Amino acid sequence: MNEAILEKLKVLAESAKYDVSCASSGTTRKNIPGGIGNAQGWGICHSFTEDGRCVSLLKIMLTNNCIYDCAYCINRRSNDLQRATFSVSELVELTIEFYRRNYIEGLFLSSGVVRNPDYTMERLVRAIKDLRTVHRFNGYIHMKSIPGASEQLVHEAGLYADRLSVNIEIPTEQNLKLLAPEKDHASVYKPMSFIQQGMLESKEDRRKFRSAPRFAPAGQSTQMIVGATSENDKQILQTSAALYQRPSMKRVYYSGFIPVNSYDNRLPALKQPPLVRENRLYQADWLMRFYEFKVDEIVDDRYPDLDLEIDPKLSWALRHPEVFPVDVNKADYSLILRIPGIGVKSAKLIVMSRRYTKITGSALKKMGVVMKKAQYFITCNELPVHTVHEASPEYVRKVLTEKKFPKSKQTDQQQLSLIFE
Amino acid sequence: MIVFRYDKTYEGLLTAIFDAYFRKTFPDKLLGTDDIEPMFAEESFTVITQSDKAARVWKSLEKKLSANACNMLTYVWLSEEDGSDELLFQYIRKTVDSKRTIETNFADEVVLKVHKLAMKVSKERLRMIQFVRFQKAADDVFFAPVSPDHNCLPLVIDHFKDRFADQKWILYDTKRDYGFYYDLKTVTEMTLETSARFSEGKLDEALMAEDEKLFQQLWKTYFKSMAIKERINPKLHRQLMPKRYWKYMTEKQ
Repeated sequence: MNEAILEKLKVLAESAKYDVSCASSGTTRKNIPGGIGNAQGWGICHSFTEDGRCVSLLKIMLTNNCIYDCAYCINRRSNDLQRATFSVSELVELTIEFYRRNYIEGLFLSSGVVRNPDYTMERLVRAIKDLRTVHRFNGYIHMKSIPGASEQLVHEAGLYADRLSVNIEIPTEQNLKLLAPEKDHASVYKPMSFIQQGMLESKEDRRKFRSAPRFAPAGQSTQMIVGATSENDKQILQTSAALYQRPSMKRVYYSGFIPVNSYDNRLPALKQPPLVRENRLYQADWLMRFYEFKVDEIVDDRYPDLDLEIDPKLSWALRHPEVFPVDVNKADYSLILRIPGIGVKSAKLIVMSRRYTKITGSALKKMGVVMKKAQYFITCNELPVHTVHEASPEYVRKVLTEKKFPKSKQTDQQQLSLIFE
Repeated sequence: MIVFRYDKTYEGLLTAIFDAYFRKTFPDKLLGTDDIEPMFAEESFTVITQSDKAARVWKSLEKKLSANACNMLTYVWLSEEDGSDELLFQYIRKTVDSKRTIETNFADEVVLKVHKLAMKVSKERLRMIQFVRFQKAADDVFFAPVSPDHNCLPLVIDHFKDRFADQKWILYDTKRDYGFYYDLKTVTEMTLETSARFSEGKLDEALMAEDEKLFQQLWKTYFKSMAIKERINPKLHRQLMPKRYWKYMTEKQ
């Protein structure tokens, strides 16, 4: 290792940072004698960038050279930027040394496509194979499968990686064609099904032989760019819902579009990446994965876009006042989960505790329920102030979206009144 | 008011519980051996720590509580927060006095308080696992100074022992001035004679391994280039990575 590698690292990290996937969860692996590292099922973030995103893996590209020319991508062929390529051994050493210092939980390896998909894929596979077999590394490895790579190589990658991912990037084929004419959805869905097949086969084999090799045990994930094209939230969430139908799909990531190639007039001109929308999409995604919501309960033809002012659960509740108020002392767990202001944790606490005593409003507050929201949707031992029926959904919405004065203004006002006294 | 004095050890606390049940008097306040007695104390009793008494109390708790709840009690003890010993005393007393387990009755204030305090310690334990940064010294030992709010170093030893099994390391609490050393086989508790030198969070450059500086620099470079400037959000950044840990974190030094 020498100083020259600093420059490469900078270039290749810059190029990889727009991929938002960062999780290191889904596999538990113990260390082996003489080996280094292990993996925790729940994933560990080791740092947070100044934009507040988690750093758990060394997210890096093997090279940022690319034969494609996708409008949304910083590394597109036609961009005049500094290019760099790691050798396999440089990349492997960097991963191990960062890991030893507890900087990272493992490696997230992606790459621009050089020459052809298989040529690129083969070098990626060589890197992660070296880590596992030569360096006896048991930390987390997430690898981006290159669209269009052969089944054989995808299969080999699955033997060494914890998670494989292929990015959809643009939710509909039509818009993908517009921004990335050289790509199509088929080249994404094909490796996705190779991965799924590999996982299912390995599961079947392991039922017979416990020592059969694991294949991408943490499943696969994908990413969609939000706001670069005209899709509404309904189209995006329906795509995610369809993906979650697949047994191997663990996460869909949403990446608020950042105009890295603002000169390209196929792209919208944005002042700010659509961060609120991105956040609402993640909330909707959570509702589907952990709150037993169906996609058409969150968005439908009447409400094709998520409300930017309030979260999707509150939005659903205000559209369905007939479900409320819910009696927290009697209702099913799944119904309690639907109350705005109550999360998975507090819902569980409620169900466990009510076997002992009746739950009161103050007890709910102590358990971490956001009463500001929940109060309109529940009955507990005491009578609530007023429910969503008495107060009307419009009123509740107004109260909950009211903007308070920013703190700095308040202090200013106080100082002013002191002066005038 | 009845006051118990004890040596402020976990064993001492468990002994106090044993003694209280034996004497059938329960303290309103727990004091350290040298603490000043409050006014109006009718009775003051000094507990003499005995490991067999403590073991009996612990054993009966293990019978009545889940392993999870027993861990929680240890976490609350390691929180080192004011009054956490009295809270534990109340919790254990409730457990002993109740026919069925109380551990999931979160409507009870004591149960909820224990749960919350344990969660606080557990959160910091996780932060140690996340934010500890090792620096490689010239003698090939990886050294990491920390100063957590709660005494949670003992809770992360197993994690690091499994993860970094093939390298020697030291985890050192500069606030409590003790640490753990792993020599490729076992972990032993230790105290450094020169610990004052690491209060800044950095290893002296003269003591660093040859390419340690390079890797620190590489990590800093990487950390910087990962941030997306269009999305900068310092408030969220501090919320996720509280400032009090920064001085030990390479990327923030």
